Amino acid sequence: MAESVAVSAPPAIATRGLNLWYGDFQALFEVNLDIRQGIITSLIGPSGCGKSTLLRSCNRMTERLGYVRTTGSIEILGQDIYAPEVELVQVRKQVGMVFQRPNPLPLSIRDNISFGHRLHARGQRVSRSGREELVEEALRKVLLWDTVKDRLDALATELSLEEQQKLCIARLLPVKPAVLLMDEPCSALDPKGTEAVEELIRELRGEFTILIVTHNMAQARRTSEETVFMLIGKVIEHGPTDDVFLNPQHRQTADYIEGRYG
Amino acid sequence: MTSASEQLFAGTSLNARDRRVEWLVRNLLGLMTALLILPVVIIMTLLVVRGGPVISWEFLTTAPVDGMTAGGIFPALVGTVWLVAVALVASVPVGVAAAVYLSEYAPDNWLTRAINLAIINLAGVPSIVHALFGVGAFVLFFRFGTSILAASLTLAVMTLPVVIVSTREALQAVPRAFREACWNMGATRWQTIRRIVLPNAVSGILTGVILEVSRTSGETAPIMFTGAAFFLPFLPQGVLDQTMAMSLHLFVIATQVPDAPDALPFGVALVLISMVLAMNALSIGFRVYVRGRKKW
Repeated sequence: MAESVAVSAPPAIATRGLNLWYGDFQALFEVNLDIRQGIITSLIGPSGCGKSTLLRSCNRMTERLGYVRTTGSIEILGQDIYAPEVELVQVRKQVGMVFQRPNPLPLSIRDNISFGHRLHARGQRVSRSGREELVEEALRKVLLWDTVKDRLDALATELSLEEQQKLCIARLLPVKPAVLLMDEPCSALDPKGTEAVEELIRELRGEFTILIVTHNMAQARRTSEETVFMLIGKVIEHGPTDDVFLNPQHRQTADYIEGRYG
Repeated sequence: MTSASEQLFAGTSLNARDRRVEWLVRNLLGLMTALLILPVVIIMTLLVVRGGPVISWEFLTTAPVDGMTAGGIFPALVGTVWLVAVALVASVPVGVAAAVYLSEYAPDNWLTRAINLAIINLAGVPSIVHALFGVGAFVLFFRFGTSILAASLTLAVMTLPVVIVSTREALQAVPRAFREACWNMGATRWQTIRRIVLPNAVSGILTGVILEVSRTSGETAPIMFTGAAFFLPFLPQGVLDQTMAMSLHLFVIATQVPDAPDALPFGVALVLISMVLAMNALSIGFRVYVRGRKKW
């Protein structure tokens, strides 16, 4: 079944000839990438290789900086997100991002979860119980409901880092994104937290297309079906995770995976 | 074993020198700090000792009499409140709006940097220059005459940089991660500002406003040509009236009224400085309170 979806559906993310400059510095070179729908793809490569930049381009987070210039195209679910008629807010709704450092808003747990929904449900009347259900559903999905159900009014910033990161994922769900971008989502967490969040990420597989940047190669192997290896702004290799790790086609990939540079 | 460890940690002559330099530097820096505090202590002591006996309920609530050599300061006190209040009404909305634009909307380019530089320079313009600008712009060009309105607008222009800079700092103290979190859920810039940035910056903004109040209430030059009167025994009825003001009143009785008793200027100064200190204390107290319940 999964196979037929992959064949008929357009890729979740497709970049064509993507170049990106920070001022005079070119961070991405002619990136052509197809990220399949519904699977977890990890993006690996040494620091400064452009993997976070690529990730951030996918929901146009890069353009907050005035000096960023992009050429080429990025299609999300078959539509060019850099096209002039595109509404940025709609792109962000479809493509949510989880950051390296958990960034819950300084609001209650409940308000963090319903924040996005409130933004987009303007004009609609949503009953209290409807909103409560929404909060519960999102928290259940990130395996956080049982730990926080008795303190939904507590400040989200007082949760542990692991819980905060789960909350940051849960917060995206009521907005109903199709793609989740994760920028080293576990690097601020301890091993136990990392394990828990990884478990959650695997749990979300299928329902969302997940693109995850990681420094942790073991994590890439554990969690992802496909792996993209980048070096100095270019995609070197992209394939099923096992192939990339066990049978890399390029010497640079092999050297990186074996830890000759990083 | 013991002798070995003694050798390992024994001091050298170089250590002794370093220690002496350390002692010298520490005490020199401490002395400079003491010198800094000294004038404040002397001024406050002088004011309390010499001006204290003048202060009474009557002093605060009656008008000056006998060519300002006796009586109270009530019209000046009320006038200062008017001037500060109108200045706030004019400068806070403009200053906060400008700061929000500069911090949240303006692209980081040469124009924005030029504007920021201009704001800093505006803060450095001497108050007498602002006074002359106020005469030209508000008193003459806009025909407000010498009035509370003209004086307060002059004060507002003068303190605008303070409001802008303190507001911008308050906005930038709100972590960028909060903004990114909002944008990622599809919030517009304004939704982000209204729901997350401003609520978390409001304490810093208010602190800036209170500091502005304390600064405005002591200014003399900008108001003396634009709206503050030498002597007016009655209270202003509206913003187009002239008014007395504490700062100018102090200047007048200290320099223009030779018959005034010596203690009088000290009394006026004591009331003025108490107002300013009370404002500053309020601002500090507020900041401490807010920091205590900070959410991140």
